[in-house]
Amino acid sequence: MNQTASSPAIINRREFVAKLIQSCPNALVVPGLGSANYDLFAAGDRPENFYMWGAMGGAASIGLGLAIAQPDREVIVLTGDGEMLMGIGSLATIGVQQPKNLTLVILDNGHFGETGMQRSHTSLGTDLISVAKGCSIARAAHLASLDEVTEVAQAVAAKKEPALFQVKVKADDVPRALPTRDGVYIKNRFRAALGFEPV
Amino acid sequence: MSDNDTAVAGWKESIYQVLKRGNIKQVAYVPDAGHAHVINRAHDDPDMHTVVLTTEEEGVALGCGAWLGGQRSVLLMQSSGVGNCVNMFSLLHSCRIPFLTLVTMRGEFAEFNAWQTPMSQATEGVFKAMGFRVIRVTHPDEVEEMVDAALESAFVAGEQIAVLISQRLIGRKKWIKD
Repeated sequence: MNQTASSPAIINRREFVAKLIQSCPNALVVPGLGSANYDLFAAGDRPENFYMWGAMGGAASIGLGLAIAQPDREVIVLTGDGEMLMGIGSLATIGVQQPKNLTLVILDNGHFGETGMQRSHTSLGTDLISVAKGCSIARAAHLASLDEVTEVAQAVAAKKEPALFQVKVKADDVPRALPTRDGVYIKNRFRAALGFEPV
Repeated sequence: MSDNDTAVAGWKESIYQVLKRGNIKQVAYVPDAGHAHVINRAHDDPDMHTVVLTTEEEGVALGCGAWLGGQRSVLLMQSSGVGNCVNMFSLLHSCRIPFLTLVTMRGEFAEFNAWQTPMSQATEGVFKAMGFRVIRVTHPDEVEEMVDAALESAFVAGEQIAVLISQRLIGRKKWIKD
């Protein structure tokens, strides 16, 4: 039970996400609930963000459905290790589909940050990169410095193959930055940005 | 396809035709023998994108993503899969996502496997508890009309609709020993 992450977690999550969104201004972004949701909002509110306040384990699958529906758009799933672990099977589903325009960014602090910082599987032996590769997501890489955000941005812009990046972030509490919780509003605003009207 | 499948292919083909006419673009599924015909037809249809899932709840989230991106989807599953979806259904409710699922029932007619029965008994209640409207289909003649009506309620009215396809309609599962 004492395994630790294979490399030091030195990345500040807020800085990383801010740089990511700055580098991918046109991307459609689906954040997992919890800290990833707050990080995305803190980087600047935009209609192309589908803020999540529940449905844990669903972010990657939402991203997949969106990527299939919008093959010409860049789609980023931005989530945490805990949320990704709950939907771990969706990596196999994504591997089967091979959506070229889908990039998964896992902000991995090795802990369940919302619930008291209990350690998650990624700091207890689970290697998400191996899992991703085993699910036919060949472009799967570990990032250990802020500068490597350019690698993510290149993969997003290339739209060449599905990609997964595991970003080792510090397991610290950052100030809450809370987007709206009105799901209908979030949905309608997101769809409007793509040119779709409410039913 | 088995002989049994051929014998009842009429209503199965009509489901595919309704989905096609209804502009369903993403067909997500965890397989069931009762859905096999539609799954095969969808696989062969260049206008439909089939997505095989590891668990049914992925299909709920996928359908949300499809709708966000302007496409209609359907989730095909059997009654045992409905329980796997429960918390993910809150996504549909919270964001009022139009959603259609077709559920083949187990555990209710000539079921040889009692392990299917508890979730079968709970299926309708689970859907209703999570804000779905439930439509049950028991006769081959009504399949086309009911699925068509369900599709409209989902994507025109914006409801969450589950169509339960009775096990009696699917027929007895044949088990051949060794």
